[in-house]
Amino acid sequence: MYTQGLDQADALPDEELSERFEAKVAAEEKVEPTDWMPAAYRTLLTRQIAQHAHSEIVGMLPEGNWISRAPSLRRKGILLAKVQDEAGHGLYLYSAAETLGVTRDELVDQLLSGKAKYSSIFNYPTLTWADCGAIGWLVDGAAIMNQVPLCRCSYGPYARAMVRICREESFHQRQGFEIMTVLAQGSPEQKAMAQESLDRWWWPALMMFGPPDGESVHNDRSMRWKVKRFTNDELRQKFVDMTVPQAHFLGLTLPDPELSFDGEHWTFGEPDWAEFKRVLAGDGPCNKERLAARRDAHADGAWVREAALAHAEKKRG
Amino acid sequence: MGDHSVEALLRVGDSCLVLAQRLTGWCGHAPALEEDIALANIALDVLGHARGLLTRAGELEGAGRDEDALAYLRGAEEFRNLLLVEQPNGDFAHTVVRQFLFDAWTAELWKGLAESSDEVVAGIAEKAAKESAYHVRHSSGWVVRLGDGTEESHRRMLAALEDLWPYAGEAFLDDEVDVAAVEARLVPLPSSLEKPWRARVSYVLEEATLPVPPDPWWQRGGRQGRHSEHLSYLLAEMQVVHRAHPGVQW
Repeated sequence: MYTQGLDQADALPDEELSERFEAKVAAEEKVEPTDWMPAAYRTLLTRQIAQHAHSEIVGMLPEGNWISRAPSLRRKGILLAKVQDEAGHGLYLYSAAETLGVTRDELVDQLLSGKAKYSSIFNYPTLTWADCGAIGWLVDGAAIMNQVPLCRCSYGPYARAMVRICREESFHQRQGFEIMTVLAQGSPEQKAMAQESLDRWWWPALMMFGPPDGESVHNDRSMRWKVKRFTNDELRQKFVDMTVPQAHFLGLTLPDPELSFDGEHWTFGEPDWAEFKRVLAGDGPCNKERLAARRDAHADGAWVREAALAHAEKKRG
Repeated sequence: MGDHSVEALLRVGDSCLVLAQRLTGWCGHAPALEEDIALANIALDVLGHARGLLTRAGELEGAGRDEDALAYLRGAEEFRNLLLVEQPNGDFAHTVVRQFLFDAWTAELWKGLAESSDEVVAGIAEKAAKESAYHVRHSSGWVVRLGDGTEESHRRMLAALEDLWPYAGEAFLDDEVDVAAVEARLVPLPSSLEKPWRARVSYVLEEATLPVPPDPWWQRGGRQGRHSEHLSYLLAEMQVVHRAHPGVQW
């Protein structure tokens, strides 16, 4: 479909097309798959949506790790539903990326070969049941902060996918906070479990917003094209401002001695950016395991996908 | 209500619970993203059936045990599930065959339970019947696709059928608990479900170009609490957090 759009666009000189495109984006109109768009916009969106889709898929693993051990049947059902939602998010996002002219298979290959990135947070291990709470509360909370503005993203298919995803993410965040609430009000062992988990997840959650604004590579263009609406540091601050009172409500301590209120915002210490870079570069505690799990699932499922195609061929034939 | 009622409900409820536990093992590891979603969906439904039936069994027992007490604080010898559902996931063919044999059974079972003299059980069954109708369509679809797919998929399906078929017949063997529960009109007689089950299984296997295996000695004992070696491991994993913190809320 989009090649048809390109054919029509070929009739006009690039400069004029580019001006039209910039004006459209500036006027807050949505860019649709059949519209002409600069190659750099297409590349930017493809990369961002694909990374987002990969994050959903790899993100199933750390929490999926606890479905079998969820401590009540109600929690088991909720966690299973949550991880299933993430698979659904992956599907919508791969579909949104496909409107830009790539296939899901190509994107999956990029993930499995290690070429494509996904959110660094999923390279940390889930060690206790409380981690399911901390992930829902902090990781999904940070994701919502990042993603709500994406519902207004200039690219229509991505913006529309995000509306649905954000609705489900807010349920995920609430279930995580509920797990933490029960633990924080529970036995001394449960409370200690919640605190220990918060200690491990706090800093990685802050890193989810990406490097500080000064070091962020794609910020300017992303902002101009209305893919991004807020800078990394702005979103990180919003997240901290929202989360600190929640931690107080839970009676848990955030592992940051520099945390203080300046009358308007919570000021906080600097995340360990060296660690962030290490984890992104592949040296996090679980990078190898996460990719291996995805590769195994893909390889083990190859005969199933081949058989399904072969059967469909026979039925057509 | 006597012990036989509790026992009869646990036989179904535990089968659902153990199967749900097995299915969750696929979450994040399925052959395609669509199947991750489908298997999680089925696991959620079956877990829901288990929760309803365990809760009702606990109420009828009258000893104060809720769904979690029954799920997390019984040992393997107290579980009453079919041996079929505790068999390992294996490759996708094994999971599909296990699921199909189970779905073809529950498709008939829920119809019978919907007529139960116990209104709560009848209500659970009525809802479950609708969900199971979807499950059996899904698993039948895969049996056909993989049976009549490639040489490799056909071979894998034959192997899975050979491994799992001996566990298929246990669901239809009546004992004195069943007879007593049938007298109370709580559940249908297990053997009464065999004919329609066989009809469906034969039809789907034929379409899948797979032979219906000859009847072996049916492996049995799960419904009386004598299990395979697999169940204890499955329960150890499922129960580990709950048992480490006795008496707390989650």
